[in-house]
Amino acid sequence: MIDRLDSELSTIRTAMNLRAYRQEVLASNIANADTPQYKARDFDFATTLGNVMAGKGGGALQMNQTSMRHIQGEPGAPYNADLKYRSEYQGAVDGNTVNMDIERADFAENALQFETLITVVRTRLGDLRTALQATS
Amino acid sequence: MSLSNVFAISGSALTAQSARLNTTASNLANADSIVGADGKPYRSKQVVFKAVPMGEQGAAVGSMGVRVSQVVESAAPMRQVYDPSNPAADEKGMVSMPNVNVVEEMVNMISASRSYQNNVEVMNTAKALMQKTLTIGQ
Repeated sequence: MIDRLDSELSTIRTAMNLRAYRQEVLASNIANADTPQYKARDFDFATTLGNVMAGKGGGALQMNQTSMRHIQGEPGAPYNADLKYRSEYQGAVDGNTVNMDIERADFAENALQFETLITVVRTRLGDLRTALQATS
Repeated sequence: MSLSNVFAISGSALTAQSARLNTTASNLANADSIVGADGKPYRSKQVVFKAVPMGEQGAAVGSMGVRVSQVVESAAPMRQVYDPSNPAADEKGMVSMPNVNVVEEMVNMISASRSYQNNVEVMNTAKALMQKTLTIGQ
């Protein structure tokens, strides 16, 4: 029974974790808006979630390790999200590629999507509660 | 917990931006200080930002905070002003004034305060999201 409840909510849980991680990445972009040579990063939410749900990881390539002693590559992003660099919109002399308007818009959108997921989870839990009460 | 990392990231940006605001304030305050602590005219100072990995457990890719890596002194030539009555004037009557560019510093100040505001708003959003997350199951 519990595992069924878990699978019921696992998609939303993964989606929420990914949204929270994207929030973190976008916050980093905003925080580094004045850092020389900083390159803005982001990942595609829909593709990553699709890959995770299909059991393929997030889409980022992993280094193949055939021995225990092989070093690992970059520490992976949560769910192996494929972090990409944003293409430059308007070049800056200091090499920074953060466009504040884009970042702020994406940040607001992502926050709204996260709240949507919270609402969905609450509704789903309410449904499950109703179902449980009906059987007792 | 990703959302609490947002606090660390934006918090580091707030610290960095207020350090920048501090240097701007001291540059503007000393725009006419002919004699500094070392006996020479005050030199304009600028902070240098650096991106640093943030968050617990080995820092996930993409979560970068900001740190002030160094404070550099401007190498621009001193402003020369003709003022023979000044005790610090040389034999030609010229006085070396600090190389602070007041216009540049004002622009710097506005930019720093805008970035500060941006990061405060990011923090507020993260806080609202976390509070909302806590209501799940109620």
